[in-house]
Amino acid sequence: MKRIVFLDQSVPVIFHAVLVASIYLLFVGHNQPGGGFVGGLVAGAAISLRYLAGGLDEVRSVSRFRPWTILGSGIAVSVGTAIAPMLRGDPVLSSMGTEFDVALLGHIYASTTLLFDIGVYMVVVGLVFMVFEAFGEQDTPPVDADAHGEVTPS
Amino acid sequence: MTNLVALPIVLPLFAAAFSVVLGRWRAMQRLLCITTLTATSVISVVLLVEVDRHGPVVVNAGGWAAPVGIALVVDRLSAIMLVVSSLMLLTVLVYAIGQPGAERNHVGFQSVYMILAAGVAGSFITGDMFNLFVSFEVMLTASYVLLTLGGKREQVRSGMTYVVISLLASALFITALAFLYSATGTVNMADLHLKIAELPSGLRSTFAVLLVVVFGVKAGLFPLYSWLPDSYPSAPSPVTAVFAGLLTKVGVYALIRSQTLLFPDDSRAATVLLVGAAITMVLGILGAIAQDDVKRILSFNIVSHIGFMVMGLGLFSVAGLAAAIFYAVHHILAMTTLFLVGGLIEHVGGSSRMSQLGNMVRSAPVVAVLFLIPALSLAGVPPLSGFVPKFGLIGAGFTDGQYVVVAASLVASLLTLYSVVKIWIGVFWSPATEPTGGAVHAVGRLGGPLLMVLPTAALFALGLAVAGFAGPLYELCERTAGDLLDPRAYVEAVLGR
Repeated sequence: MKRIVFLDQSVPVIFHAVLVASIYLLFVGHNQPGGGFVGGLVAGAAISLRYLAGGLDEVRSVSRFRPWTILGSGIAVSVGTAIAPMLRGDPVLSSMGTEFDVALLGHIYASTTLLFDIGVYMVVVGLVFMVFEAFGEQDTPPVDADAHGEVTPS
Repeated sequence: MTNLVALPIVLPLFAAAFSVVLGRWRAMQRLLCITTLTATSVISVVLLVEVDRHGPVVVNAGGWAAPVGIALVVDRLSAIMLVVSSLMLLTVLVYAIGQPGAERNHVGFQSVYMILAAGVAGSFITGDMFNLFVSFEVMLTASYVLLTLGGKREQVRSGMTYVVISLLASALFITALAFLYSATGTVNMADLHLKIAELPSGLRSTFAVLLVVVFGVKAGLFPLYSWLPDSYPSAPSPVTAVFAGLLTKVGVYALIRSQTLLFPDDSRAATVLLVGAAITMVLGILGAIAQDDVKRILSFNIVSHIGFMVMGLGLFSVAGLAAAIFYAVHHILAMTTLFLVGGLIEHVGGSSRMSQLGNMVRSAPVVAVLFLIPALSLAGVPPLSGFVPKFGLIGAGFTDGQYVVVAASLVASLLTLYSVVKIWIGVFWSPATEPTGGAVHAVGRLGGPLLMVLPTAALFALGLAVAGFAGPLYELCERTAGDLLDPRAYVEAVLGR
């Protein structure tokens, strides 16, 4: 794969910014547009940028967990949150929330829905990892020796 | 009690999550999945008893009352389907573990299978149309993976047809839902029952036919069945057994549920259903006769027999619906058993083509018995379980004066008998032919590994039990049919008024 200087240099900067944005979306999801699915997709976009810059190895370096572990734990967290209220005799998927004040952050409303969303977020991110794992392997580089490892200024 | 309602959906999902994580420890994974399906089977039986005694059970997910929230509803029909499907999923899982191949070579098999189970349970339990769509998608997505496990060229080719047709049907489904929502402002089935009745009659009929088309594709109704006989036989045999036994019946369930609950008497698509049923029965079975491969003959038999169930629905009488429901129960058990036996035949003979098999009554007598009884039952030979609903259907057809459909069903039954006898002669009786070059396993007296024969025998016994307890079961089906034709109790339970 041809490497592009512009991408190589900008991705390390953008990557973290996009991840922060995805986590922001995850947290505001309760009452505003956003949520685990959208947040996960944005994080997936960040991971895709890493792939564009450095290929599969770069994607693997993002997380030391295996993709299916992330995906499986995500489903477990979400379904667990869904089942948990049933232990108290409430209907499935019921949520609880509490409000409290924290220094610096101010007034906070925390809900169990967030846990569900975190699970969904993990599922989406795990899936993105799995897709790259399955389809992201580069073919052998072209026979033309000059093209190998060439850096194209853009 | 009401809390049990959600469990058949969430337990398999939970098990799916953990079997992904447990990937490295296969024994733990298997134990977990078998335990889960056993639990859902028990829960389904408890629900059936409860619902039969005290009426529909409703849970509003998250405590948001219908029609705003998501209602999970179990009534008699859902409960019957849940019981049969979870028992059948359990036995097939054991069979898959016993069979060399699909399950052993793929770490992901168990989790995908569990997600399929959750999707199937979701389709039966959900009380609103949108979640029916979601459950269908969960089920279908899992089925895409299962169908192409192994990734052989033939599998991927027929898998593509299946995926494309299913996606088209899903697109049509979601479009129909959008129209339905824009016309009525709700997707809750009980609420739709009240709101659709207020629509102009032309619009109602359009919706009824639109939904018949959507679910007809899933069920394999004429002329929408062309994908089925091609795609099913190429999958690993336990997968084919689940698809053959269950997935088409989920389509039939959705047809029954939507036609009876959503639409008032005058706008149901009765004529469309009856015509479709008659043609499906005859064309399906004619297709079966032309085949040489055991699995393909059985696949065409599925198509044909979907026609019987749809015929019962199309009559819209208590007798017809009761027979259709009984038929679905019988057909799930018999068809799954036959496909599992198909897997055993392949295991013993190294092929599923009749021209390459023979004399198996000597080499595998147990398999022969396991095949013969469900096959005769499928053809409707008394006193087996297939006879009861066929008799009921024909009686109901005569009562309503639908002689053409009755004639079609009689012809189809007779030809079914011909097609299964053809398998019987080709595989079990005719002298052995040249070996095929496929993997022929050395088999003992059982005709296969214990874990393959035992689940097959369990389903076989279940089929006999259905025949043995046909009386009480038929009464249950009649009560169910009564509920369906007069859904006031259902609506009241969901909406609380």
